[in-house]
Formats: sequence, structure tokens, C-alpha cells
Amino acid sequence: MTEAAQVPTEAAGADLLLRAHDLKRYFDVSPPFLNRVIERLPRAIVKAVDGVSFDIGRGETFSLVGESGCGKSTVARLVVGLYQPTAGGITFDGIDVAGQTAAEARQNVQSRMQMIFQDPYASLNPRWRVANIVAEPIRARGLLPSNREVKARVGELLTQVGLSPADSEKYPHEFSGGQRQRISIARALAGSPDFLVCDEPTSALDVSVQAQILNLMKELQRQYHLTYLFISHDLAVVYHVSTTVGVMYLGRLVEWAPTQTLFNQPRHPYTRMLLDAIPDLEMTGRQRIPVAGEVPSPINPPSGCPFHPRCPHADDRCRAEMPTAHATGDSHVACHAVDDGRLS
Amino acid sequence: MTTAPANQPLLEIRNLRIEFPTRRGILVAVDDISLHIDPGEILGVVGESGAGKSLTGAAVIGLLEPPGRIADGQIILEGGRIDNLPYEEMRKIRGRRIGAIFQDPLTSLNPLYSVSRQLVETIQTHLPLSERQARARALELLQEVGIPGAEERIDHYPHQFSGGMRQRVVIALALCAEPRLIIADEPTTALDVSIQAQIISLLKRLCKDHQTAVMLVTHDMGVIAEAADRVAVMYSGRIAEVGPVQDVVRRAKHPYTHGLMGSIPHIGHAVAKLTQIEGSMPRLQEIPPGCPFNPRCPEADGRCRAERPELQWIENTEVACHRFDAPEARSQAGD
Ligand SMILES: Nc1ncnc2c1ncn2[C@@H]1O[C@H](COP(=O)(O)OP(=O)(O)OP(=O)(O)O)[C@@H](O)[C@H]1O
Ligand SMILES: Nc1ncnc2c1ncn2[C@@H]1O[C@H](COP(=O)(O)OP(=O)(O)OP(=O)(O)O)[C@@H](O)[C@H]1O
Ligand code: SF4
Ligand SMILES: [Mg+2]
Ligand SMILES: [Mg+2]
Repeated sequence: MTEAAQVPTEAAGADLLLRAHDLKRYFDVSPPFLNRVIERLPRAIVKAVDGVSFDIGRGETFSLVGESGCGKSTVARLVVGLYQPTAGGITFDGIDVAGQTAAEARQNVQSRMQMIFQDPYASLNPRWRVANIVAEPIRARGLLPSNREVKARVGELLTQVGLSPADSEKYPHEFSGGQRQRISIARALAGSPDFLVCDEPTSALDVSVQAQILNLMKELQRQYHLTYLFISHDLAVVYHVSTTVGVMYLGRLVEWAPTQTLFNQPRHPYTRMLLDAIPDLEMTGRQRIPVAGEVPSPINPPSGCPFHPRCPHADDRCRAEMPTAHATGDSHVACHAVDDGRLS
Repeated sequence: MTTAPANQPLLEIRNLRIEFPTRRGILVAVDDISLHIDPGEILGVVGESGAGKSLTGAAVIGLLEPPGRIADGQIILEGGRIDNLPYEEMRKIRGRRIGAIFQDPLTSLNPLYSVSRQLVETIQTHLPLSERQARARALELLQEVGIPGAEERIDHYPHQFSGGMRQRVVIALALCAEPRLIIADEPTTALDVSIQAQIISLLKRLCKDHQTAVMLVTHDMGVIAEAADRVAVMYSGRIAEVGPVQDVVRRAKHPYTHGLMGSIPHIGHAVAKLTQIEGSMPRLQEIPPGCPFNPRCPEADGRCRAERPELQWIENTEVACHRFDAPEARSQAGD
């Protein structure tokens, strides 16, 4: 099959909101030129994202999971325009927002996309009152004419995220971690976006606080028909929030499927391995199957299938040839063993 | 060194109280907690951020940072008090009888020294071994914690190892003198689930093989469910509930533990909404009288707001909750 076959098609109907097509982002992490010459060090390129395609339907939650360094945050940053892609395209509501001539289009849709980060403290200006933090996107785009209206809107937003209008006079340090994440969400909602990119939004929070934030995010999604690109390394959280899940490994999507399918019938050996590694509350005392090996360096990725050094099903073809994603049932899987029928 | 008689716990914490004197009065961060750990046992300590987990661990290894201080209580290791020892004596116990593993392996390793040098030095500090013997022991330890190709890698520097490998090196360092007790404070929090599983199964194996006891501090219930024999749930510097992991995880009795378990998403149980404990844990200066959980508790009544609940035995666990005081409440204990 061709590369184009990698684009999932289920969500591609009228409801398509965001499409990433064969996205790539490389980083040059070479030592300085002189060192390279003197110490004869080679150029080093990190292929942080290397050919990722996915579709997100309106009102859905598409999640990316995978081990540290597999490229999840880089995808998030590409989608919201914080990074330019090395290659590939992104369309938002049918508009090309990543091409060479897309700067203007990006401007126009920017207010419809917002990002929520992992560390709610680092992403809030400590010297600003909450009122100004939340009002910033409103003021920056001149969405409301008077200060009085801005203030009313800020009060409304704070109420929506479970804080009170009186909190607008306080500074970020006066809040707990969960409350700070609520402030980030209020700010993200200020410009009435329809698409939120959430990069590990609850990873720095206690589970009880995480539950509050996840409930809030789901409620807001239902109320405003929001679409989420959700990133987490916690598979149980992903199970809870997602419509569709994509599993990344070394800059590539190795499998994507509707949530229930992915968790009930994982196909890619890496997905199976990740699911086996989850500590399970239900099965106290169960011996987890420890995953062999660790993620290889993205600077010198293995030949063939990037997962082959850790894969119990690898054969010669896996060591030589990069698998492309094919549809099996409602999953898409990039694995030779699945293609060859060695693994169902 | 005395070996503990069979019926004596390896570690006993009695009525520990840790305070921070401040200009505006004394803050009580750990308030009258008692715990014990048996040889070969893994005791999990869970709770929200700020509950006092790390302070409790730090008090045991004698690494409380001033102005924090033990204001009351005793810490007893193999029958002898260690909370009132002079600094030098405590330093000897640390490393020799109690090992420590922290969240960030980089803070426990010196980036300028090779792994072999750090291991050999630590071994020689605690055991009367020659350089060659110590090096052989270091190699053995690296093999034991599962560093592949340990012979080639022993002279590498920490930055040449991946995160999971570094954490294994830290565990090897903690094991140098075959301590009886290991304090592991969030040892897997910075690691991916796949590596986490490797570290947890390593810890479990070490406990079994050497009868080492572990105090495993973490906020990750999954890790606890998998690794711990018993678990203590902390809230606002106190123990809310402590008991066998099966009982606490599956039949949580304290309303806080109950809420906590419900707030964790489970694969395979699709729910529209997670159980939500309203509000947040109070700051130290705002801990309410009575039960510290009372403002958030769906079961709280007048007594909860006035009187501090003490731990009491309910079936296999100890619970600090007034719900279990009255006989009519006791009949609901199984729900
Ligand atoms: N600005 C950059 N310059 C150089 N390399 C980068 C840059 N950003 C990311 N990388 C590299 O790209 C790879 C993917 O990083 P990314 O942050 O996307 O991973 P991630 O999946 O979000 O990981 P984590 O779970 O740890 O957040 C990593 O190897 C990272 O070191
Ligand atoms: N130097 C200090 N001065 C004042 N209070 C302190 C100091 N160090 C710690 N505390 C307080 O003691 C309490 C317990 O802290 P501790 O580090 O034991 O929490 P923890 O349960 O380990 O939390 P976490 O999960 O965030 O690591 C916290 O409320 C903390 O703010
Ligand atoms: S003592 Fe009262 S307030 Fe505290 S947990 Fe029990 S019922 Fe709730
Ligand atoms: Mg990331
Ligand atoms: Mg801590």
C-alpha cells in the first residue's frame, strides 16, 4: 500500500476538524561545527516526528500515548503552530495551516485552537493577577469592547471551571496545583476555541485532583462541543477520555484505533507490551510482564521496524524493512507480523 | 548489631510528630503517626501531595532538613532507637542498615564520577573490603539489578545511562551494604510504565531474596497495588487507614480512601464521570479541628468537626474515622 493509505478514513466525513498528513519534524542536534571538524563527530538529526498522519473529527478526543521521547509533545506543538513542520501538512477545518503560504491562514484559525500544558505553574505568569491571565487572549484579539465586559466574561469563565469570580484578584501562587490547572483551562477557553491541545494536563496532579480536572474537561467538551488532542503517558486516563487512540513509537504512529478496539484488541506488539506493563488495581499481586529493553535513541533509530530490537515477533523482514500502516478491522497497524498473519 | 527476634518488627515508628517552627507559629506536618514494617515486607505509603509522606521517610533515615524537626515520638530500628542518635552514628546507619532511593536518580549520582568509583567508594565506606574485592562486589550488584553488559558499563558515567538504567544504579548503590531497610521515595515516578514495571519487579525480588524491608513512598496507587504487602494512606500528616493492600484497595473503609480509589480511571470500566472528592487537602496552617478530612467528607457530622478520630481496628485494617465508632455505623463497614 502507498503512504497515502496511512490516512485513517473513518473520521474523514463531513465532521473532520483536523487532519495531519505525513507530518515530520526533525531537529538538528549536531555538535558545533568546529567540534564536528576537530573531533570528527557526525551531524546528528533527531527525527522527533517522522511521518505521522491522523484525523480528528469534530467533538472527538484523539489521544496520543507512548513512552517518553516518542514525539507526543512535538506533534502537539506542530498542531498549534509552535513548530513548523519539516515536511507534511496540517489542515484545520479544511484550511491548510502548515504549508509555506499558510502564515495568514494560521493567524485566522489561531484563536480557535488553544493549548493546555502539563505544568500549570510554569505556564501562568506569576506576577499577573488571575483576572489578567484569563483576560489575556480576550484582550489580545480585541474580542470584547469594554473592560467591564471583559471582567464579566472572566468571572463567567472562572465560574465555569469551578473557581469563583472573586479569585480573579489573586495571584497564581495562592492556588493549589489543581486550581492552577483550572485557571489555565479558563484562559484556554477565553477565546471560545473549538479545539484544545492538552499536553499531559493532569500528569503533575494528584489522582483525586486529576479526577476533578478530567470531569471538568469532559463536561466542557459536552457543553461546547469541543475537540481535543489529548496527550498522556497514562493509559488509564487515555482510556477514560478518548474516542480514538494513537500509539507512538520513535516518532511514528504504530497503531491507531477506536478506544475500545485498541484496549480490547491491541494488535501491534508494542501496544500489547504497553498494556501488559500497566499496574492494575484490580489484580493486586499480579506479576506484570516487564517490558524488555528501552526506547532506542531517536538519533540512531534501528533499521527496519523501529521496534524490532524489543519485539518478540521480529524476523529478518522486520530488521530490514520499515512497515507501513494498514487497516485491519477498525484498527490501523504498522507491523509486518500482523501483515504476514503471524500475529492476529 | 542485634538481629530482631521473630515477633519484633524491623522498623517501628511510634507517635511521630514533625514540626516546622515559623514566625507565625508552629506548623505540624506529621501529626502523631505510628507504623511498623516487618522484615522482607514492602509497606506502601500513599497520599496527596503534601500529606507528609516524604517527611516521614526523611525522619527515618535522619535526613529531615531544618527547620523541620522531630518534636515527639520514637523511631526504632531492630529494637534500638535511632531518632535521637548523634549525627555521626546516624550517618553510619544510613547506607549500612538503611538504604535510600529517591525519585530523581541524577540527584543521587555524582555526574563527575564513574559508576564503578561511586559503588566502590560506598562499599568501602561500609564494608572492610579491598579495592579489588569492592570492585567485584560492585559488578555483582550491577548484574543483580539487571544492567546488561555490566562488565563493559561499570566504568561509564551516569549520563551514559538511560533513566531506567540510572535508577537501577541508584538501587545498586542503596544495596551496597545489604541494608535491612530501604526507603524508596517515588522511585518510579520519573520513569515510563515499561521501565517502572522493571524497577518494581526488581524491588520485589530483592525483598524476597534478602528479606530486605521497603518503605515505598508514592502517590501511584497502581504501583502500590502491585508491589506492596500493606499500605498506609496518609492525609494531612496523619494516617487515615492502614492495612493489607487487598483490603485497602478493594474494600477501602475510610471515606478518603474510598474517594481516592473511585477517582482513579480503570481500563475496562468505562464511566462517564469519575468519583470526585470536592475541594483539596488543606494547607498546614488551615487543618481543621476534628477529622482533617471533614470539610470534604460526604459522611461528616458534628463529632467529625470536633473530635479527632483515632486509628481503630476494623476487620483487617486500622481506620481513623468516626463512622466506625457507633455500633450502627459499624454494620455498614462492608459497603
Ligand atoms: N527543540 C528540540 N530540539 C532538539 N530535540 C528535540 C526538541 N524537542 C524535542 N526534541 C527531541 O525529540 C524527541 C521527541 O520529544 P517530545 O518532547 O516530542 O517527546 P514526548 O513524547 O513528548 O516525551 P515526554 O513523554 O517525555 O514528554 C526527543 O528525543 C526529544 O529529545
Ligand atoms: N521546610 C519546610 N517548611 C515548611 N513546611 C514544609 C517544609 N518542608 C515541607 N513542608 C510541608 O510539610 C508537608 C509535608 O511535606 P512532604 O514533603 O512530606 O509531602 P509529601 O506527602 O511527600 O508530598 P509529595 O507527594 O508532594 O512529595 C507539606 O505541607 C509541606 O509543605
Ligand atoms: S471521621 Fe468523619 S469526616 Fe473524617 S472521614 Fe470519617 S466520616 Fe468523614
Ligand atoms: Mg511531552
Ligand atoms: Mg514527597
